[in-house]
Amino acid sequence: MARAITTQRKTINTLFAWAVGLIIFFPILWIFVLSFKSEGDAIKAPFEVLTSAWTLESYATVQDRSDYFKHFWNSVTIAVGSTLLGILVAVPAAWSMAFVPSKRTRGILMWMLSTKMLPAVGVLYPIYIGFIKLGLLDTRIGLVIVLMLINLPIIVWMLYTYFKEIPGEILEAARMDGAGLREEVLYVLTPMAVPGIASTLLLNVILAWNEAFWTLNLTAAKAAPLTAFIASYSSPEGLFYAKLSAASTMAIAPILILGWFSQKQLVSGLTFGAVK
Amino acid sequence: MATQHSQSAARIMMAPAVILLLGWMLVPLTMTLYFSFKKYLPLRGGDLGWVGFENYTRFVSSSSFWPAVATTLIIVGGVLVITIFLGVLLALLLDQPMWGQGVVRILVIAPFFVMPTVSGLVWKNMFMDPTNGFLAYMWRAFGAEPVQWLSQASMPSLIMIVSWQWLPFATLILLTAIQSLDSEQIEAAEMDGASWFSRFRFIILPHLSRAITVVLLIQTIFLLSIFAEIFVTTAGSFGTKTLTYLIFQRVLESQNVGLGSAGGVYAIILANIVAAFLIRIVGKNLDA
Repeated sequence: MARAITTQRKTINTLFAWAVGLIIFFPILWIFVLSFKSEGDAIKAPFEVLTSAWTLESYATVQDRSDYFKHFWNSVTIAVGSTLLGILVAVPAAWSMAFVPSKRTRGILMWMLSTKMLPAVGVLYPIYIGFIKLGLLDTRIGLVIVLMLINLPIIVWMLYTYFKEIPGEILEAARMDGAGLREEVLYVLTPMAVPGIASTLLLNVILAWNEAFWTLNLTAAKAAPLTAFIASYSSPEGLFYAKLSAASTMAIAPILILGWFSQKQLVSGLTFGAVK
Repeated sequence: MATQHSQSAARIMMAPAVILLLGWMLVPLTMTLYFSFKKYLPLRGGDLGWVGFENYTRFVSSSSFWPAVATTLIIVGGVLVITIFLGVLLALLLDQPMWGQGVVRILVIAPFFVMPTVSGLVWKNMFMDPTNGFLAYMWRAFGAEPVQWLSQASMPSLIMIVSWQWLPFATLILLTAIQSLDSEQIEAAEMDGASWFSRFRFIILPHLSRAITVVLLIQTIFLLSIFAEIFVTTAGSFGTKTLTYLIFQRVLESQNVGLGSAGGVYAIILANIVAAFLIRIVGKNLDA
């Protein structure tokens, strides 16, 4: 039996939770508000900011002055590219670990997880010098490769978790009906695995989009994604609130929307299935 | 039954992922180890030969080492305490019946999706700026002198920024764990006259302990290597130089690769100690 909840208690919960939620969300809301203000209005006192005129000029300036969409496109290429490449490599691996487990499967999964814990700064110089030697510094392909490798353990783990939930009997039935390995993968497994692959894709695009160690250290002007582009507002451009806000809004809006869709997968994905 | 045939097919399918990760791990790691035993200054003479453990002892005995360790521990510890404490409270609150629960949840988890450079810069300029920042206006509205956040209170400010980013993560995981709690158990305790506190202390908290451990370990691994937030706010000044940042400066700013690499090896050892605990917990789950 469900507990009876008084309306009064529910009202208090609601008010309190909304207040807390809005406080936490406030900085993002404020970025959004300031992005529609002129530079002069954006530095006024908060109340005056709200009553001042709304304008789109900052968005135009950011694009004109810094070729914003080039960096946006770099982010898209790097995030989506590294994720797709990662999935391409991870699907066969996760498939075989989930359906043809051997004595070593567990060990391999654990080892993959452990590579994720290697602190990036510990291998900064070798990667940096390697990138220079191979001509990969400040290229999108270089970052696609690095981010793919960083997220590969998470991708394998997530896919493995999803694949394991597909009942093995179905595969056996398919084999009984004479399906070979190829047919099995193509016609039986793939349709059932699509939702899992989709959520893996979603979460990893988010992680790659926001990655800010390698993107800052391995790019300059040409291949810089939004993380590095925004860092260029460090100073003194950061004092131009409206422009910083407009650039930030465009950098976080797409991922915020994707993120809200990925809430559920986020928990099991980021805890490697330890919390579901 | 897995046949001999499918076993070998499985091995081939696993190969690309395993080989890539093995290369990604071993090659840079070996190079870092190699450099860490050399005097290597790319801009001032290059490879100046083997020096044994000198880089290791120099890194530890440099005047910036212990402050960096302290800074790292304070940031990691501070953020962990704040995010887990508030995360438990927030998860309990969000678990209560209310109107618009889904929307509140969305508002609360949003900061997690903001890229680190954006949150660092937005907090630094638009909120913590002592002249035009939002907080400065708030302070003045109450007749107080605005605080020079990132210079006078650099560590609390940084901890606040990073906590804001990680609170959603802790909350979301703890909320998921609370929601998996059997509500009948709580109802039974309530019927038996258990107070709110004892229900929390003896039912909810033990149930959450595993989730809290997971949050603790995962956040520790990420927090040990925070970089962008410091890079765009203080750039390591005002006592905010963490171990990660110190190594970054040694390697890329002062181009003392040997010394930086020795620091990198220390960082790897530190992360491995934490990782060993996390892997044990995740591994337990794998058997279940």
